[in-house]
Amino acid sequence: MPVISFEHVSKVYPLPAGDVVALDDVDIAIEAGEFVLVMGPSGSGKSTLLNIMGSLDVPTVGEVTIAGNRINGMDDDDLTLLRRDHIGFVFQQFNLIPLLSVVENVEYPLILKGRQNGSRERAEEVLEAVGITRTHFTHKPGELSGGQQQRVAIARALVNDPDFLLCDEPTGNLDSKTGTAIMDLLDRMNREEGKTVVMVTHDPRMTEYADRTIRLADGRLA
Amino acid sequence: MTFFDLARRNVSRHWLRSVLAVVGIVIGVIAIATLGILGNSISLMFGDMVTDVGDTLIVSPATGTTKLTERQVGDITRAVGSSQVIPFSSTADKMSVGEKEGGAMIYAIPAENIPSLLEVESGAYPRDTGAGCLIGSQLAANSRENGLKLGARVRIGDETLRVVGVLEERGMGFDINPDYAIVVPYSWYSSHYDEDDYDQVIVKVRDVNDIDAVKESIEQKMNRREDVVNVMDTRGILESVFAATGSITVFLTGIGAISLIVAGVSILNVMLMSVTERIKEIGVLRSIGTRRSEVMRMFIYEALFLGLAGAAIGGVLSFVAGYLMTAVFVGNADYLFDPTSLLYIIFGMAFGVITSVASGLYPAWKAAQLNPIQALRHE
Repeated sequence: MPVISFEHVSKVYPLPAGDVVALDDVDIAIEAGEFVLVMGPSGSGKSTLLNIMGSLDVPTVGEVTIAGNRINGMDDDDLTLLRRDHIGFVFQQFNLIPLLSVVENVEYPLILKGRQNGSRERAEEVLEAVGITRTHFTHKPGELSGGQQQRVAIARALVNDPDFLLCDEPTGNLDSKTGTAIMDLLDRMNREEGKTVVMVTHDPRMTEYADRTIRLADGRLA
Repeated sequence: MTFFDLARRNVSRHWLRSVLAVVGIVIGVIAIATLGILGNSISLMFGDMVTDVGDTLIVSPATGTTKLTERQVGDITRAVGSSQVIPFSSTADKMSVGEKEGGAMIYAIPAENIPSLLEVESGAYPRDTGAGCLIGSQLAANSRENGLKLGARVRIGDETLRVVGVLEERGMGFDINPDYAIVVPYSWYSSHYDEDDYDQVIVKVRDVNDIDAVKESIEQKMNRREDVVNVMDTRGILESVFAATGSITVFLTGIGAISLIVAGVSILNVMLMSVTERIKEIGVLRSIGTRRSEVMRMFIYEALFLGLAGAAIGGVLSFVAGYLMTAVFVGNADYLFDPTSLLYIIFGMAFGVITSVASGLYPAWKAAQLNPIQALRHE
């Protein structure tokens, strides 16, 4: 069964000036272990696709199944728990919580799942796996470089052992050298750990990491 | 790390703003607690001043007449059954002790009734036959250097009375106030002023629960055709005095509550700012799996934290302020340590916490209702 499956999915935003069709009859199936790029110009429906894949939004028409759960008609809490337990988000702007230290940021999703013993150890283990040195664990995110912050964000995304990583321009705020290092890390997670990675990007150079590329134009698969 | 911990960290992130919000709560708690204590102390002070006369009826002549005759007193005695009837008269007159002259209130009570109404601190009770008198405790305390003390001779008109006893302090009463007065046997008064009538009659009801029945019985007997006497129920007066002081307390506490509401508005403001500033952060928290209820909890904890800090500091300062208030305005800081006074500190603190949390509810709800997609996009 695919990790992500879209069947005849449309998303329509009703606006006073008339309905805007952001996605128009899209069919997608992403299998476990794939590294998939989503590309397309601005306004092509990338963000909408990403939001629905990330269970932040539900389709107007069509069936969407995320990690075996049909999200149509789910309420806010169900969608939130689906995000928490099955999806790892990586954002362009890292989006770490400034109030929390590096290790606490990574531990946070574990705490959301309820108090468990060993959550701190698990967070440290994942941080080491993404290449953050122990001396940085107690730092606040603002004290780290962009590349390090993105590594922490990836650790946070991985800590709950999600079904797939959903990355929104993860290298968009980084210089090319740091960006390459982050891509290498994601690539390693995909190849060695078998993590499914879905990544939205503008950057055509990223295609070399991907198994395949989904191209969108005007809300349709191109 | 918990949501409470997260809330605490956010409060300390903007410490100046948080401190100002806490100051508001502190002032509110102090206002409620000290004004409540002040009101309560006034009540307690009244309670202490007024002797417990709950079992007493006071029968006085109705308007138009000024005195009660011997016969009327007899009628009252028959009307009240086994309750004790104490008729008395009072007047003010000049008196002199040795060379010193002055004036005093004089109460005339039948000698056999004096012991049941008044307690002697030192000396003895006067007898009907002798020319003895009692002096009130305050009069005795104030006039010691003038020679007015136990055994002294007091001259009233052209007669001399010997002070045979000093009364215990009695406090303010609805019947008689002997603390600053001289008490003489009625027989002496009667012959000295050539009078047989009485000003008022005190009825000591045997059983407090019968007070209404006894009052009824007197009124039926005496006021059959026209109003001859007024019967005053001291318990009723006492109740209205306490109701009055009670409303003073409520009024004062209400003023305190207003300042706490102002503090609540400042918490509301701080929390709304906190939510607006953190829209993006809330979006992140929501997207990585924080539920609405958990976001709401986080912000309510923040308000709770401010409230607890304010209440704790306010509670301690209320104690200090309450001490000063009672010492300065009531003149007796002991009233602060009465449990009913201390309760106002607890009340003020609880009100502080409740106000804070209530003020945090709307901002917390607003934070929880944010759409995660829009919140994430917020810059």
